Amino acid sequence: MYATTEELQRDVQRFMDELHGKFDGSDGKTYLVFCGGTGCMAGGTPDLIAEARKLIADEGLEESVVTRRVGCFGLCSQGPFVRIYPGDILYRLVKAEDMYDIIHKHIIGGEIVERLIYEDPKTGEKFEHMADIPFYRRQKRIALHGCGVIDPTRIEESLAMGGYQGLMRALTMDRQDVIDTIIASGLRGRGGGGFPTGRKWQFAYNQDSAEKYVVCNGDEGDPGAFMDRSLLEDNPLSVLEGMAIAGYAIGASQGYFYIRAEYPIAVQRVNAIIEQAEERGLLGDNILGTGFSFHAHVRLGAGAFVCGEETALLNSIMGLRGMPRPRPPFPAVSGLWGKPTVVNNVETLSCTAYIMREGIEAFTQYGTENSKGTKVFCLGGKVVNVGLVEMPMGYTMRDLIFDIGGGIQDDKEFKALQTGGPSGGCLTPEYLDEPIDFDNMVRLGSMMGSGGAIVMDEDNCMVDVAKFYMGFICDESCGKCSPCRIGTKRMLEILERITSGKGTMKDFDELDTIAEACKTNSLCALGQTAANPILSTIAHFKDEYIAHIEEHRCPARVCKDLIEYHIDPDKCRKCSACARVCPVFAIEGVAGKTPFVIDLEKCIKCGTCVTACRFDAIYKA
Amino acid sequence: MARLSGASVARIEEICDAYQGEKTPLVMILSDIQREFGYVPLEVQEVVSRKTGLSVAEIYGVVTFYSFFSLTPKGKHVIGCCLGTACYVKGAQRIIDRFCNDLGIEPGGTTDDGMFTIDALRCIGACAAAPAVTIDGKVYARVDISQVPGIISAYRQMEGGAE
Repeated sequence: MYATTEELQRDVQRFMDELHGKFDGSDGKTYLVFCGGTGCMAGGTPDLIAEARKLIADEGLEESVVTRRVGCFGLCSQGPFVRIYPGDILYRLVKAEDMYDIIHKHIIGGEIVERLIYEDPKTGEKFEHMADIPFYRRQKRIALHGCGVIDPTRIEESLAMGGYQGLMRALTMDRQDVIDTIIASGLRGRGGGGFPTGRKWQFAYNQDSAEKYVVCNGDEGDPGAFMDRSLLEDNPLSVLEGMAIAGYAIGASQGYFYIRAEYPIAVQRVNAIIEQAEERGLLGDNILGTGFSFHAHVRLGAGAFVCGEETALLNSIMGLRGMPRPRPPFPAVSGLWGKPTVVNNVETLSCTAYIMREGIEAFTQYGTENSKGTKVFCLGGKVVNVGLVEMPMGYTMRDLIFDIGGGIQDDKEFKALQTGGPSGGCLTPEYLDEPIDFDNMVRLGSMMGSGGAIVMDEDNCMVDVAKFYMGFICDESCGKCSPCRIGTKRMLEILERITSGKGTMKDFDELDTIAEACKTNSLCALGQTAANPILSTIAHFKDEYIAHIEEHRCPARVCKDLIEYHIDPDKCRKCSACARVCPVFAIEGVAGKTPFVIDLEKCIKCGTCVTACRFDAIYKA
Repeated sequence: MARLSGASVARIEEICDAYQGEKTPLVMILSDIQREFGYVPLEVQEVVSRKTGLSVAEIYGVVTFYSFFSLTPKGKHVIGCCLGTACYVKGAQRIIDRFCNDLGIEPGGTTDDGMFTIDALRCIGACAAAPAVTIDGKVYARVDISQVPGIISAYRQMEGGAE
């Protein structure tokens, strides 16, 4: 238990020395650091660690060679990773059988295992150090500070990386000064809305109430986005610290994390960090002798996208159906149990901790005039470097997709970048040089959103993408207001007709009418923005809609009802591989004698045969 | 469903009691029950109603609102096909279609033998592994449609059943 800030600072110095020892070799040990991100864990990190430990034990090196698991390294498409200290050598695409060489050649022999070094797919250039890889070179970690570096299960390491320094500074300041600092930093909500965080705090501060709350919105529902999950898993203390700073600023002594039930590891890590913070007197009554008391609790979501909307989220915490209600009153006036409540996104809270620790300048030196700082994106889809990216606001789409992202997979043509998830829109190649910030994204017809950034190429059908998002929203509409409940269903039905070749131009015109009604009349942002994926794809890809409607043709050959699979008899080598995998026995032929033919009546268009054919003989038409 | 056993009732009451200090614990209670029993049928909701004083109507409203809660038991193996955007643009729809075709059920459904349930999942955050499938929590990365029959038969064999 730390009774004063001085006591904590003395320990922090010790923690810093310990952590440095793990990187610079000053503690005389060698560290094998493994990425514990979801992608790498699914890709075999646990097996790698087990194998490494076994080999280390076999060589009797347990005293001097240590394995460590930290958070996500970010470059998920090259995982699993092993990073070795001292020396900071990065190995990628590591398999269990590679561990032998890593231990024997590198650790014992002092020789780098060349074949596991990252190689730029375009230039062939090799990079031994993570920071030199083009994917990382232009990134800046503010919200993700400490992620992928520290062991998130140990509060000591987070404290060594500057954890709680921001709160300690805040506690020496007047509460209004803390709010003014956040206002001056220009920080805007990272959940997608972009509302100025400091102003939100000011509203709650102004309320005269003995009881107030801070809520961390960790209900990250945008499909294809996992920024908040990474942050909660990889440095939960930075979010907890931000929450405590918000609590101090507005005069709240209770905070709630609302986390998706689909993120069990995040829940576990947050609970563990709360427990460790309590044990050390960093949470609870009279924190560090300053007179400030703050308690944190965890509440789980139960699978409802609409709970990302703040009033719905509050209802869910209060044990009700997670339905939104009209605002005003805003939560800052009447939130949890009717008390003034600030609801901030995970990334936003982590940024506030950074700003309080490093100062306003350290934050505002990045970004554009009205969008300061950095933004975390989950870059996914048809891009070479799939992963977690934190970059300064104002970088262009080209920077994100081609520089950091390494371009499009298989050298296909870039078609669109989808941001903002089901509430956002698509940006096309003509905008590649536009800067990415809150206002510019809206101006271009999309939105920043929470950070999902899905790259699409020539093989993606934009009408199908619109249908995908509408299906999602239709499923997730809470049903409270009819424009959203009925409007999204009707729009989905129209898109289903169009993608099956049964749509008419009247349907097409009706989409516009319903979209407008849904936008202007829905109760919450879910319904108000539901039509965005449709409107934005119509704006940029109207010809694709027309092709589906008038020519009954899917130009990208995605929509099942509009394509047929055929076998090119000239290319068919009569091997029967396709016929053997067909689940409905729709492919006939005689092995070694006649080319195989697909019976279009029986074919369910699953595409299994295409992946089975080694001679590229099966095509879509 | 048959009547609840005495032990089950006692356990549900115990879960409810664990949250006595909380202001509004309903979602937490239901989450614990879902996790432990695998579903939250009406009989269970009645017990929760007695313990918390909330009406069964209100509890039923909450149970049916959130996708995490289920009124019927799930299969022994839950196949979760991620349909997040990153997986979708890489062909996840074809993967789930194939699972549904081979098992003869719709997404959300359970096979008659109680062996498999197919769930369409929102993003599981394994976008580099797209298209991803989770079975009983284990993540299968970059699933190719031709792997589907093999995955199913592996689980059937694990259960000792013949294909």
